[in-house]
Amino acid sequence: MKLEMKDSPGQLVAALKPISDVGGNIIAVIHQREPDQDTKTLNVQIVLELPEGRLENLIAILKGQGVHIQRIDRERLLYRRTVIIIGHLMHTDLSDTVGRIDSTGFAEVSELSMSMPAVNERSSSRITIKALSKNDMESALEILRKVSDQKNLLMIEPLEEIA
Amino acid sequence: MKVALVGLGSVGRGVAEMIAKKDLGLTITGIADSKSGLINNAGIDIASVLATKRKTGSCGTPGVMAADVVAKAEYDALIEVTPTNALSGEPATGYIRTALNRKKHVVTSNKGPVALYYKELRELARKNGVEFRYEATVAGAIPIMHVLEHGLAGNEILAIYGILNGTCNFILTRMADEGLTYEQALLEARELGYAEADPTYDVQGIDAAIKLVILANTIWGNAVKLEDVDRTGIDLLTADALRLADEQGCTIRLIAEAIPRKNLLRVSPRILEKNHPLVTQGTLNALTLEVDMAKEITLIGRGAGSVETASAIIGDLLFIRNCHVQRP
Repeated sequence: MKLEMKDSPGQLVAALKPISDVGGNIIAVIHQREPDQDTKTLNVQIVLELPEGRLENLIAILKGQGVHIQRIDRERLLYRRTVIIIGHLMHTDLSDTVGRIDSTGFAEVSELSMSMPAVNERSSSRITIKALSKNDMESALEILRKVSDQKNLLMIEPLEEIA
Repeated sequence: MKVALVGLGSVGRGVAEMIAKKDLGLTITGIADSKSGLINNAGIDIASVLATKRKTGSCGTPGVMAADVVAKAEYDALIEVTPTNALSGEPATGYIRTALNRKKHVVTSNKGPVALYYKELRELARKNGVEFRYEATVAGAIPIMHVLEHGLAGNEILAIYGILNGTCNFILTRMADEGLTYEQALLEARELGYAEADPTYDVQGIDAAIKLVILANTIWGNAVKLEDVDRTGIDLLTADALRLADEQGCTIRLIAEAIPRKNLLRVSPRILEKNHPLVTQGTLNALTLEVDMAKEITLIGRGAGSVETASAIIGDLLFIRNCHVQRP
């Protein structure tokens, strides 16, 4: 969200505090002063994660503090992860595999690319999952691991974020 | 320093040739292959032994066996480079025990004994006041053990992961670059001598898993075994899977990883961005260490080869000489 506030000591902290108060997580704060700008206001962009349904509350608190909200962009599912799954995807009910992710409410399959070389040959698919948070992503991947195991599919995961 | 060399396959020959060629201050007093052996405490003429081996197929006097060389020759360090037996670790483990009990240092490229009997052999070496070194067992020429032990001394090792099997890396490189099927790439690897007639050990990730076990035991001393590694090979990968990865600027590599904090020991094919430092081409090995002070360090190098592996063995030998044995 993009905010405009009074440029006086303590204002920025005052604007950030309600975010954690409502259970949000600040990912980035971008705050740039225009050198030739002679104003008494400060423009700040904040990237944050917020549990569903808390945004209205946050907006009300910020307004109450005299902070003007210029813009809010939303991305409901913030985390993306792409995996490749090899095996008899059609024979093992692909729509069920996708459905198990989509039915969670916190993650969904946003892209699916598939190749099917010949009947009875193993097919390969690339599946992109979006999830609300990092933990939700891990839960979604865990579901997919279990399904792959049950259906004898080979799931290839990305290598990232180790330590 | 006097050394005895047991095993005259590709690695053994590489070691013998480099000792003969370079002025390293190493004298071979005992040498053996699987059929014969030779002891000369004044020093063996390596060139003539290698010539005999080429001509007749054996290196020494019939009746003198490797066990005799290990037990009777005069040497400071045993170079044990017989073929790996991942199940029994023999006959290598027997040779190593004999040498350590004689208070001789041991340098090996043999994964079997280190993966199976690490604790026992380490303890035996300590008790006898000698070194037991095995740089060549993991990632060939990459001096990973020296880096861990000396270069990164005092760091806490948080994670270690990378490419530990050149055969798989070659197959995956060819599948990605040329759109080959797994079978085609494997055939090519065989023709080039990168894959064995029975490729199971490599392509099912067993070799990488054994190396991971050696690394984990060395770093954390947690006595893990091959069975503790969660292992998936590359033999079920399809050309389409590599193409699907490629469409997103990624590729697939067989990654071995050990992260003690997560209690994780795993070998599995993984998706990596093509510009990831671990995405090496052909048979190259690569390893990333995550440590508390130095943060990330990635090492890339040749994971196999006669002279490349000899480099790791000679590094161990010269370390032993510098620390324990009087220079000539």
